[in-house]
Amino acid sequence: MYRSQTLALKYFTAAITLFGIMTLAGLVSSYYYINPDFLFGILPFNIAKILHINTLVLWLLMGFMGSIYWFLPGELGRETAGIRVAEILFYVFCAAVAVVALVFIFVQYGGSNEAALWFINQGRKYVEPPRWAALGIVVIMVVFAYNVIGTAIAARKTTGIITVLMIDLIPLILLYLIAFPAISNMSADLFWWWWLVHLWVEATWEVLIGCIMALALMQLLGTSRRIVEAWLYIEVALVLGTGILGLGHHYFWIGTPNYWLTIGGFFSALEPLPLLGMVVHAVYDAGAHHMKTTNRPALYWMMAEAFGNFIGAGVWGFMITLPQINLYAHGTQWTVSHGHFAFWGAYACGIISVLYLVLQRTRNLAVVDSQLWKWSFAALNLGLVLMTGALLVAGFVQAFVERAIGGSTLNAFITAQENPWFVEAMVTRFLLGIIFAAGYVVLVWDFLTLGRRAPVFVATSVAE
Amino acid sequence: MYFDDPGFWRAGAISTIAVMSIVLIMLTIDSLAAITPGGSNVPPYTVVNRHVYYKFVAERGIDVPVIGGPEPLFGKPLDDAAATALINQGKMVIQSRACIDCHTFFGNGAYYAPDLTKAWLDPDWEGWQAVTGADTREGAMVKFLMDPEQYRTWTRTMPNLGITEPEAQAVVAYLKWMAAVDTNGFPPNFNRTEKK
Repeated sequence: MYRSQTLALKYFTAAITLFGIMTLAGLVSSYYYINPDFLFGILPFNIAKILHINTLVLWLLMGFMGSIYWFLPGELGRETAGIRVAEILFYVFCAAVAVVALVFIFVQYGGSNEAALWFINQGRKYVEPPRWAALGIVVIMVVFAYNVIGTAIAARKTTGIITVLMIDLIPLILLYLIAFPAISNMSADLFWWWWLVHLWVEATWEVLIGCIMALALMQLLGTSRRIVEAWLYIEVALVLGTGILGLGHHYFWIGTPNYWLTIGGFFSALEPLPLLGMVVHAVYDAGAHHMKTTNRPALYWMMAEAFGNFIGAGVWGFMITLPQINLYAHGTQWTVSHGHFAFWGAYACGIISVLYLVLQRTRNLAVVDSQLWKWSFAALNLGLVLMTGALLVAGFVQAFVERAIGGSTLNAFITAQENPWFVEAMVTRFLLGIIFAAGYVVLVWDFLTLGRRAPVFVATSVAE
Repeated sequence: MYFDDPGFWRAGAISTIAVMSIVLIMLTIDSLAAITPGGSNVPPYTVVNRHVYYKFVAERGIDVPVIGGPEPLFGKPLDDAAATALINQGKMVIQSRACIDCHTFFGNGAYYAPDLTKAWLDPDWEGWQAVTGADTREGAMVKFLMDPEQYRTWTRTMPNLGITEPEAQAVVAYLKWMAAVDTNGFPPNFNRTEKK
C-alpha cells in the first residue's frame, strides 16, 4: 500500500469521527426547538449549530481529501509527491479542529474587535472558525493541491480526471480566501460570501465529487475510462454552465439589482439537469452490469448518491429557487429541508460509497455484502429523507403563517413557530434524527468489523 | 462520432465555463456598484440620521424602503465618518456574537430566531417601549440587547451575550441602516402588517 493510501485511511477515520460529532450536534440543535431551556446559559443554540455545520464541512472535506489520497497513486502509478508534509499536516489539521471546537464550546464569544475574529469566532455562517484556523485550512489545501499537481508532474503523466481535479483545486483554494474579510456592508459581505458558499458547494465541490465518483466507478464496475471521462466533461459543462450564474438565486433579496431575479431563477431552474444526467449515468452503468458487483454496499451508496443528489439538491432546490416562491420560502425550515437532503445526497453518500471500496481493498475481501450495511443504509437514508419531509412541513407553515399571512414580523415569526403543525414537525424531525444517529452507529460498527465478523465473506487476496 | 469523443465534451466544458465566468464578472461589477453604500440599492450609512419607512410602489409591485426627513438616532446627528464608525462597530458586534447562527439577515443565517432584515421597522417595538420603560424605539432596542434574559420574548429566550451599551447602540444603528436597503420586497408583506 502506498503511504498516500495510509494517509487516506487516517483522513477517512477523522472524517467518520467528525460525521458522528456532526450528528450529535445536529441532534442537540434540533432538541432546542422542543425544549428551549435545554443547556440554556451553558451552550447556546448558535454554538451547537456552528458545531453542526462546521463539522459537516470538515468531514466532507476530509472525505474528499482521503478519497483523492487513496486513488491518486493508482491513477498516476507512483507515490504522492510531498507525502511527508501531507502526513504532518494531517495531525496539525486534527489538532486545529479540536482546538477550534473547544474554543467554540468553552469560550464562545469575544468582544467586538478584530482579536475576537482572529482567535475565537468569525461569526459568518459556515466560516465561523477564527482566522488563524481558516489560514490553516488554506495551507492544508495548498499542500493538497501541491500533492496532486506535483504527483502529476513527477509522474510525467496525467489523465482526464486528474486534469479536471487539478484545475478544480485552483478556484477551490481561491474562493476560500473569501472566508477572511469582515466587510461592514452586509449586502457586499453576503455577495462575496455566496461566491464562497455557492461556488464551493454547487460548483467546485460538485466537480470534485464528480472526479471521485469517476475514479470509484472505474474500480466498482470496471466502467471504461473513455465513457467515464466523457460523462465527467458533460457533468462539468452542465454543473458550471448552470451553476455559475445559478449563483444568482442567492442574490434575490440581499440588496442586489432585480435582474438577478430573472437570471438567478432561470439558471438555477436548469441546475437539476446535470444531476439528472448523473442518475441516468448511474442507472445505465448499474443496469449494464445487471447490478452485479463484488461490493454491493458501495454500489447502493453510489446509487443513493446519484438519486440523492438529483432529488435533494436538484428537485428540492428547484422547489424553492424561483423568486416567486423563494420570497416566501427563503430563510425558513424549507431551506433547511433542502440543505439537509442536498448535502446528504450530493456528498455524504458518495464518500460512504468510496469507504466501502477502500475497505474491500484494505481487508482483502473478494465480496462485500452483509445484513449490517443494509440496516445502516435503511436507517440513515430513511431517517434523513423523512427528516427533510418533516422540515418541509415546518417550512410550509412558516411560508404561509409567518410570511404570507403574518407579514414577516417578530410576532408573525413566533405565531408560526407555535403553530401545532410546526411544533409536531420539529418533534418528528428530532425523532427521525435519532433513527439517523442509530444508522450512523451501525455504519461505524459495519466499518469496524467488515470482514472480521462471522464468515459471511470469502477472504481472498484481491489483485491490484 | 463527435459524441463518443471525450475531447468534444472537454471543449464544450471549457467554452461553457469561459462564457459563464465572463458574464458573472460583468454582472458582479455592475452589482457591486449598486450595493455600495450610497449606490442605487444600498443607502449611505448616514441614513441613520433620517426617518426610514416602507411604501408600496405599484410599478414594482412590492414595498420599498423610503428615506424621509431628519430623525437622528439617539437624537444625535452623525457625520459620515461617525456613522461609518458606528456601522463598522455594529457589524463587528454581529460577527463576534455570531448573531447569524440564530437569526437571519436578508434571510441568510439560522432559523431559530426572527429575521432581522426589517427589524428596525417592526411594529412590536412600540410595545417594547412600554415593557422596557424606554422613551424611544432605539432606547427599547438597546435595553433589550443589553439584557435579553430580563425581557423574555417567549419560550425561546435570547441569551445574554455581554453586549455593552455602546455595542448595543451600534447594533441598533446597523439594523436601522439595513432596514433602508432595497431588498426587492423581502421579507414579504411586512408593510401590510405595519399598516394594520
